[in-house]
This record gives sequence, C-alpha cells and structure tokens, in this order.
Amino acid sequence: MRLSSYRRELQNEIKRLIHDPVLLSIVVVIFALLIIFIIFPLVKVVQFSLWPGGKFDPKYFLNFFRKTYYWRPLINSMIVGSLVSLFGTIVAFIFAYGITRTDIPGKGIFRLIAVMPIVSPPFLIALAAILLLGNHGVITDALRLNWDIYGLPGLVLTETMAYFPIAFMILEGVLAKIDPSIEEAALDMGASKLRTFLTVTLPLAIPGIASAMLLVFIRSLEDFGNPVVIQGNFQVLTVAAYHAVTGMYNMPLGATLAIFMLLPTLMIFIVQKYYVARRSYITVTGKPSGVGLKSTEPHVKYPVLALMIFLSGVILLMYGVVLFGSFTKIWGIDNTLTIQNYLYVFKVGGQYVLDTIQIALIATPIGGVLSILIAYLVVRKRFIGRGAMEFISMLNFAVPGVVVGIGYILAFNTPPLRLSGTALIIILVFIFRRMPVGIRDGIAQLQQIDPSIEEASSSLGAGFFRTFTRVTLPLVAPAFLSGLVYIFVRCMTAISAVVFVVSASWQLLTVALLYEVDQANLAAAAAYGYVIIAIVLTAIVFMRFVVERLFQKGFSPIARE
Amino acid sequence: MNDLVVRFEHIVKVFSEGTHREVRAVDDFSLSVARGQLVTLLGPSGCGKTTTLRILAGFESATSGSVYIEDRCVNDIPPQKRETSMVFQSYGLFPHMTVYENVAYGLKVKHVPKAQIKRQVAEVLSLVGLEGLERRSVGQLSGGQQQRVALCRAIVTKPKVLLFDEPLSNLDAKLRKGTREQIRRLQQELGITSIYVTHDQAEAMSISDAIAVMNVGRLQQLGTAEEIYSRPANRFVADFIGEANFLPARIIEVGDGRVTIRIFETEITVEQDSTNFSPNEEVEAVVRPEAVDVIEVDQGDVNAEILFSHYTGSVVLYALKLPDGSRMEVQVANPKERGLLPVGARVGLRLHRKSIHLLKKEL
Ligand SMILES: Nc1ncnc2c1ncn2[C@@H]1O[C@H](COP(=O)(O)OP(=O)(O)O)[C@@H](O)[C@H]1O
Ligand SMILES: [Mg+2]
Repeated sequence: MRLSSYRRELQNEIKRLIHDPVLLSIVVVIFALLIIFIIFPLVKVVQFSLWPGGKFDPKYFLNFFRKTYYWRPLINSMIVGSLVSLFGTIVAFIFAYGITRTDIPGKGIFRLIAVMPIVSPPFLIALAAILLLGNHGVITDALRLNWDIYGLPGLVLTETMAYFPIAFMILEGVLAKIDPSIEEAALDMGASKLRTFLTVTLPLAIPGIASAMLLVFIRSLEDFGNPVVIQGNFQVLTVAAYHAVTGMYNMPLGATLAIFMLLPTLMIFIVQKYYVARRSYITVTGKPSGVGLKSTEPHVKYPVLALMIFLSGVILLMYGVVLFGSFTKIWGIDNTLTIQNYLYVFKVGGQYVLDTIQIALIATPIGGVLSILIAYLVVRKRFIGRGAMEFISMLNFAVPGVVVGIGYILAFNTPPLRLSGTALIIILVFIFRRMPVGIRDGIAQLQQIDPSIEEASSSLGAGFFRTFTRVTLPLVAPAFLSGLVYIFVRCMTAISAVVFVVSASWQLLTVALLYEVDQANLAAAAAYGYVIIAIVLTAIVFMRFVVERLFQKGFSPIARE
Repeated sequence: MNDLVVRFEHIVKVFSEGTHREVRAVDDFSLSVARGQLVTLLGPSGCGKTTTLRILAGFESATSGSVYIEDRCVNDIPPQKRETSMVFQSYGLFPHMTVYENVAYGLKVKHVPKAQIKRQVAEVLSLVGLEGLERRSVGQLSGGQQQRVALCRAIVTKPKVLLFDEPLSNLDAKLRKGTREQIRRLQQELGITSIYVTHDQAEAMSISDAIAVMNVGRLQQLGTAEEIYSRPANRFVADFIGEANFLPARIIEVGDGRVTIRIFETEITVEQDSTNFSPNEEVEAVVRPEAVDVIEVDQGDVNAEILFSHYTGSVVLYALKLPDGSRMEVQVANPKERGLLPVGARVGLRLHRKSIHLLKKEL
C-alpha cells in the first residue's frame, strides 16, 4: 500500500514532466550539462588513474602507498592544512570575538580588513611574504636575517592570512547569534568572565569553530597559488599534481594525485555538511542582538584590540608592500620608484587584461543565470531527479580546483569535445566552479519568497519561462546582481583550475602574474596583482551603485563559502 | 444538460517523503460544482482543504482520482492552461509591480490588445472601489486593498473557476464581514463558479450556495448551510458546525418520515427520514443549546441542576447536570425576561421537537 502510493506519485511526476515540455527540456539540458561538465571530467580522472592506457592497471594507484614521491606531498599537504586550519581559526576567532562580543572601536574597519583577502588573488599574500621575508625582503634586509621563507613556514603564514577570512565569516555569524542573555545568566550566577567564556560562549561556538576549521583545512589542501610560489622544497599535493601534468605530461600520475586530493576533501565536506552543520542549529539559539555588549572589561577588551590591531597591521603591511613593490624598478636591488611595471603590464600583458575581462564577462552572466535557474528548479519544482540535480551541481563545492583542472584537460583534449586551447574551456571551468555558491545563495533567496507569488503567475496563464523571467528573476534581482559580482571577482582571481586550461591563445592575468613570480620579476608580478585588484574593486563599486540605485537595497558581494 | 463546471472524482493525495513516511492529506474525495455556484470547503486546519484546492488549480497532482473542468480531465494539464484563478491566503501579489500591472498581468499573458486591457482593468478596479490607485505600488496599499487587488487580478481574466484559499484570514475582524459580502456580491453578479476554502463556519455559512464539510481528508457532508446545521450527517459535522449536545435515545417506533424515540423518560416523535433506523436501536439525539426551553422543575422532559452560568448580555449559557450525571449546555436568549438562574437551581428542560436530529451511534 505504502509503496504503491509512492510509486504512483512517481508515475504522476513523470507524466507531469512529459506534459510540460518547456520544463522537461530545461531539466534535460541542465542534466546534460551537469553530466558533461561536472561528472565526466571526474570520471576521466578516475579512468586515467586506474585504467591508464585503456586497461585496468592499479599500478599508479598502488604506487601511492609505495613511493615517497607519491605520498610525501599528501603528508605535507596534511601538515600544512592542519596548521593553517588551527592558526587561521584562531586569528578568525579573535576578529570575530572582537567584532561581535566586545565594544572595541573601529569594528567596520577591522571587518573590512578581515575580508580583504577574499576579493584579492589569494597568492598575492605569498607574493607579499616574499617581498617582506624573502631573500631581498624588506624585513630580511632590515634585520639582516638569514632565513628561508620558502617551505613550511611560508606556506603556513601565507595560507593562514589568505584563508582566515572564510573562518571569520562563519564565526562572526555564529558568535553574533549567541544570545548575550545566556552569557549574562552565567555571569549572574557568579561565574567569572573567563569562566563564562570557557563554559558558555566557547561550547556554544564549538560547531561553528569545527565548521570553520574544516573549511579552512579544505581551502589549504586545495590551494595552488600560494604553494606554487612559496612551497620551496616542501612539495604539496596540488603543486605535485600540477608538475606531473604540465611538467612531466604524466597524466596517470596527475590523475592519481588528484584522486588522493579529492578523497580527503570529499570526506571532510560530507562531515562538515551532514554532521557539524546539523549540530550547529541545535546548540545556538536565541535571537541576534547587540545588547549586553556595552561594557567589556578592560582586561578582555585591550588584549583583543591589541591583537586585532597587530593582525590588521600585518595584512595592511602585506598589501602595502605589494603596492610599493609594484612601483619599484627591480625589487630589492633598485628600489627607485617608477611606473614602468604598469606600462609593462599594459604593453606585454594588455592582451591578458582584455582576455581575462572578456572571459569573465562571458562566464559571469551565464554562470549566474544557470545558478539561479537550478536553484529555482530545486526549490520550486517537483520532478524526477531533483535531488540528483542538486547534488551534482553542488559537487564542485567539494572538488579541489586542481582536480577540476586535470579533469578538464583529460576530458576535453580529444574529440568529440575537443576544447583545449579555446576560450570556451576557460569559461566552462569558471561557470561550473562558481556555480555551487550561486546555487546555494539562490536557494536561500528563493526560500524567502512566498511561493504563491509564482503560483499566482502560473494560474494566470503564464508558462514556466514567463513566470521565471517576469516574476522570479526581478524578485531575486538584487541578490542576483550581488552574486554576479562574486562570480566576476572569482573569475578575475582564480588560478588553481584554470592554470591547466589556459593556452597560448587565451591567457589570464593570474597566470601571467604567476609567470612573473617564476621569472623572479617580482615588481611586475606586484603590478599585475594591483591591476587585478583595481578591476575587481571597479566591478564591486559599479555593481553596488547599480544595485543601490535600482533597488534601494543592501549589497554584499562577498559570499560566504 | 450537464452543467457541472468542476468535478472531483475519488481524489486521493498522499504526500510521501521517500518510502518511509506518508501523510494522507485527501482521501477519496468526490464533489461536483454547478455553474455559477459558490461551494465552500469547510473543515478544521490540516483537514486537506488547501491541498484539494491546489489539486484543482494544478499546483499539486492527485495520487489517484481525476479532476474535471467542464468535462475535460485536467489531471495532466499544467496550472497555466487550466483557466482557474486563485486568490491566495497571502494574496501572492507581484511586489515589484503596480496595482495596474498586477491586474493586467493575466490579460497580457493572453495577448489581449492594450486598449482593451486598460478598459477591463479600470472596470474591475471600479467594481471594488479601487479606481485611482492604478499607479500605486502594491506595497503601499493596506491589507484590505491588497486583498481586493488580488481579487481583481483573479477575476479580470474571466476564469472558469475562481478559487479562494482563506482569503480573509489576514484581515482584521471588522474588514472581514464587509469583504466577504463584497466577494459574494461580485461572485453572484459575474456568475463565476467558485470554490472557497475556510475553517470559519460563520464565514462559510454566510457566503456559500453549498458547503462541503471535510475532516481528515474526507468529505463528511455536502449541503446548504441550513442542511448541515439542522441535519448533520454525523457526529463530527454536528460538533464542528455550531454547538451540540449528544443525548442517548432509543428508538420505539419507525414510521414514514418520522421516528419515535424515548429520550430521558419521555417519548418524542421526530420528523426525520427513517429508512436507516430500526426499532429498539440505540441512537444519539443532536440537541442544539438554543433548542431547549428552561422551565419550572418537573414541568419538562427532564429535570436538571445548574452547574455554571455564562452571561454574555444577549444570551445566557447554562451548563446543566442531568439525572444520569451527564452534562448538557443550554442557551437562553434574552435572559432579562426570565431573570438569571443561580448556580445550584433545579429546573426542568423541554426539548424543541422539530429541532431534534437523530444520528446512528458511532463506534
Ligand atoms: N507539501 C506537503 N508535503 C507534505 N505534507 C503536506 C504538504 N502539504 C500539506 N501537507 C499535509 O497535508 C495535510 C493537509 O494539509 P492542508 O491541505 O494544507 O490542510 P488545510 O488547508 O485544510 O489546513 C496536513 O497534514 C499537512 O501537513
Ligand atoms: Mg489551508
């Protein structure tokens, strides 16, 4: 009886889909895209690792456990990931605590500084570290130090600075939601401030902290930009895979390394999503409110403030030194100020600027519309395979960029879909890499809109397409435009996946930057960095203007990841 | 001529989450609505009214059974092609459009010429007294005005069926009465076949040609307001519509269109279809609180003691204890005439013969 009514519903769903040809074709097209551009590359990775040369041969796979060259990078990545996750979360917690639970001044500025690394190319930090602490670094020279920033210390420093903002955004949200009256209740019962913090605040924040640590760990594990600049002899997994593919043309090796990158990230992603995230809803209750923050005791407030000032100083110093570096003749040797680097960027890299902007401008709206469309289908429509659609489209959340990049060159190097060398493959990488965030935000947006608004439209005779374009899209427009900026920013700053699919005919700014670093042309690299930042800021300011003018609504281009 | 506009035939709707959990929201529901009629689905919250309405509109598909609109089975027809219009509980107005754009939306979809759209929109807005507000954004309107815009938007396209899902529930009590009269007047003037969902029995009784009482997904009774009140089909309907005392009685004799029962110690003959009853059967007599006279002790059908009195001005409600210990409620209109009876007083009760309604005993 139970099964039969379930099966009946299923049959009805199929029938309804067949009777709604527009919806049916959209669903079919989206599934085709998801399978070709998300599943297929991953299948190729597995295929090249386990079936190298067409026959099943787990040689490469098993080598992973036999040869140092294989497993050492994994161990290294894990070490870096653990340290970055720890330090990044601590830094993030200090910022989040200071901003949400104390009455320090200048919260807005601290917040801005804390999210700055999100809108800049991540490896700009690595560049800054070299400019400060490298062989000709400002600090190295000033203190006449004899050290080597390349390797583990550099990796941990740069990735901590690059990825603590992700943890900050999670912890800020969690801490802001802890009702101060819960803390006050503890204080009323005679607990000291410290005891209250340790027994009330911290435990309530634990699920958030766990989420933050796991996400930073994943980010570190899949980071390519910073390690490729600063890893030295401390080889991590992403760079090892990159060298295997682009240096040695050893696809099975690259694919195998990719799999061992994919497994831990997938695992952590699942733990985060299904275990940690679920628990966090149970423990954090109470409404967000700013009361109870009026008096923070000096011995809590000032140490927190001092740490925040110090950390902000480090971040500003990093951005400052890159800016300064971009105006020097030859970094560390001839520090006379000049604009020649910018002239160089526009002369040699002018085409890169145009290519990058062009590709980003194509990928952004397509990615945006596709994301909102999938979000719409998932939230509002009932059809067979809806769950599968959501799962597959969100899969790239958990797949490291390097794995995507390797998958794409393996999948699209041969007919029937020979895309390597084209701009299209770069565009596709951008679209499908950024979609998960767009979809997730789209889902959140749509869930806030009363479904009867869309139902009213269809009961008045409007079909799927009209309802979507005339009703749904205008209603989500402000958030949608903010989301577009996010995608655009990500296109401008991305490196890990696209580094595999760029070509002589289509080059990107981030890759050019990396090339200059490789050539030890640090001043030019710094100039590239600031050109990227300038483009990104222009886009953000422009979109903010548009959104506020058009909709008189708030604007937040920085999506939480 | 068969002029049924809507027909539900054995509709079942099961919501299932996977294979393990399911809710039977609508269960073997059949109902026909004739042209120009307003039929109300009435029942407690969660009894499946909205789901039934949404199945007709096409927002849900029935697990089994069929829905017909003007003799065409619409099971597989998407909502936009069904020519139904819905007035939603939350109105569902397009917040990014003006009043005019909201009302014109359905006409634009149908590619009606611009001049005609203009005329029709103006016409329908003037029907509800909203002329002059065309350029307003709907966010600037009061709740009552929004409600009327939703109504205009739904009727301007001349749908085959107009659907209302608790359209008054977001209005304050004062507005409700006026709006409900307005809806009924418009519906009758324009002759639009309508299905109206509410959980408020007063609303249902004042607005409908017929009322379909629902409970746990099933149709309990279909009838006019008068029928469901005075001749409820079962205990649920009697209890849900108004107040009711259920008194035990035994059948003495069954005649043509009349049944004689013994209730308390008295024999009473009740006018009621007798086909379902047989002598000696135990039944329940539905006695409405207002269908009892409170008189001197030993003068009525039974004596009782007043346990509690609740005075509201226009009526007084007595809770009484019967000799067998059971409780009964009686309402006396215009209490000033007789004076308020004190708690503990012993009185006689006389049942109004014509108002007694018999029900088979439910297990
Ligand atoms: N989309 C849905 N998924 C699961 N259960 C539902 C859904 N919609 C309604 N129900 C359930 O079906 C029953 C009837 O709901 P509904 O038709 O909204 O009742 P009413 O409108 O009479 O209050 C309720 O138990 C409700 O929880
Ligand atoms: Mg309802």
